[in-house]
Amino acid sequence: MSLVFEKTKGLTDVPFHYCPGCTHGIVHRLVAENLVELGVLGSTIGVAPVGCAVFAYNYFNCDMQEAAHGRAPAVATGIKRVHPDNVVFTYQGDGDLAAIGTAETVHAAVRGENITIIFINNAIYGMTGGQMAPTTLIGQKATTAPYGRQKEVQGSPIRVSEMLATLEGAAFIERVSVDSPGNVRKAKKAIKKAFECQIQKKGFSMVEVLSTCPTNWGMTPVDSLTWLEENMMPYYPLGNIRTPEED
Amino acid sequence: MEKLLMKGNEAVGAAAIKAGCRHFFGYPITPQNEIPEYMAKELPPLGGTFVQAESEIAAINMVYGAAGAGARVMTSSSSPGIALKQEGISYIAASELPCVIVNMMRSSPGLGGIQPAQADYFMATRGGGNGDYYMPVYAPASIQETVELVMEAFEVADFYCTPVMILGDGMIGQMMESVEFPEPKKRNLPAKDWATVGTGGKRKPNIINSLRIEPDVLEPHIQKLLDKYEVIKKDETLYEKVNCEDADVIAVAYGTISRVVRNAIKKCEEEGIKLGLIRPITLWPFPFAAFEEISPNTKAFLSVEMSAGQMVDDVKIAANGRIPVEFYGRYGGNVPKPDEVVAKVKDILGGGK
Repeated sequence: MSLVFEKTKGLTDVPFHYCPGCTHGIVHRLVAENLVELGVLGSTIGVAPVGCAVFAYNYFNCDMQEAAHGRAPAVATGIKRVHPDNVVFTYQGDGDLAAIGTAETVHAAVRGENITIIFINNAIYGMTGGQMAPTTLIGQKATTAPYGRQKEVQGSPIRVSEMLATLEGAAFIERVSVDSPGNVRKAKKAIKKAFECQIQKKGFSMVEVLSTCPTNWGMTPVDSLTWLEENMMPYYPLGNIRTPEED
Repeated sequence: MEKLLMKGNEAVGAAAIKAGCRHFFGYPITPQNEIPEYMAKELPPLGGTFVQAESEIAAINMVYGAAGAGARVMTSSSSPGIALKQEGISYIAASELPCVIVNMMRSSPGLGGIQPAQADYFMATRGGGNGDYYMPVYAPASIQETVELVMEAFEVADFYCTPVMILGDGMIGQMMESVEFPEPKKRNLPAKDWATVGTGGKRKPNIINSLRIEPDVLEPHIQKLLDKYEVIKKDETLYEKVNCEDADVIAVAYGTISRVVRNAIKKCEEEGIKLGLIRPITLWPFPFAAFEEISPNTKAFLSVEMSAGQMVDDVKIAANGRIPVEFYGRYGGNVPKPDEVVAKVKDILGGGK
């Protein structure tokens, strides 16, 4: 019998703790597959966030550091400055990256820090139980926005990729989604380009991945995918926003 | 050995480089700016890195990353900035990473002032951040001692895998003294085989982490830290005793204030009063042993501080009710003067001997 699919060596055998239908597992696999395909897994150092992916240090089959909430880009900076030839990436959610860690994220990009950020945008705080995120959409309900997010009360959701793309140090910025097989393939390509950008020492790279949270959205996994397409994609358009000039 | 006239803050930087520190992450705040400025100039030619972070919080988390990556690394700040670093210091202590943190204390609370003070004693010696942890805290009293303690701090940090703090009052950072740079005393250090340097495909991943979600896993981890602290208490406590035998009153003072007390000792001598001094060099661990052999005939311990009274709590624990404990402090950027200390000693002795 021929082998048609094999779990990537970039992941350990520790079972994921993620909820059924959550897209973290897909993104973990894409990151891990790319590290293996680029031949850099053994020289990679990852940084896990605080949030649903806090245990990512148990899943990626490379050296890992667990950062304080929002500080992953600062931790990654410290690692990268010590080991400039290693691949260094952070894996962060929207609360971690776009709320408490906004300063660390922006200034890593300002410095053109040669790291890669994988940014999971699911428009909600997952680990703590469904609170409003900076990326929660107008009208979307959360446990701390029980009447739905209102522009007049909580302001409008932040488009992190567009904001970072205004910075000269940001070499590669792309927003992708993992709601369909086609988009999963595109997401994998974008993540590969981001790592290549780092390997070629071109500066800061980030891939924003639109993701689902069926548990805290209160939907089935299938309904969640539809909700992502119908609600998130119009506000968070997919596509490359910044790419190194030579490419 | 060559003697140099150096400002305290620059001597901190020079000592760190001499000790092998090649990575520094900082943020400007008075009165410690000469440390990041010195490192910004000196580290790049040595192949090291200086990063001016976006905040003290970012700087200490860069230290976390660099320490976890196996480097000798340092950051520095002053009181309000050190308060911001407490999150990272707690994570560093919990993750058992070695690093050196310098606090050139200014007057607080709040934004306070930029004049020297010793009002961060509590923050330095009680962990400072969240959770059950401590870190060795060195309080130099001269620029020469600053140089030696900075070098020692890197060895202690690597030996025990712990953050170590250099706690200087603002005067230590700002004054100039002649100083020489001896070769650092080297310890037999364990290999950093836990560092994240890449697996090279040859071993299981190294993980730097402070999260232990199971109580039965976290409790033994904290116990491991506590066991380490007991060894540090036993082996690393430093202090100096001056004039303590048959003293009428024994002052307890650290940093530059110990030098004010030395002047007060001379002035007391002229008046026939014997004033002693216990000078803690490590504030944590506090040198409780120094108080054990003190004669019960001593009238009082007098804690002299550039604060409203912080170390005095440890002096009370050390005295344990055997000998009365008195306090004299100036704060808000003012410095106790020798005459004020003498007046307090006379007051304790009932208006003279």
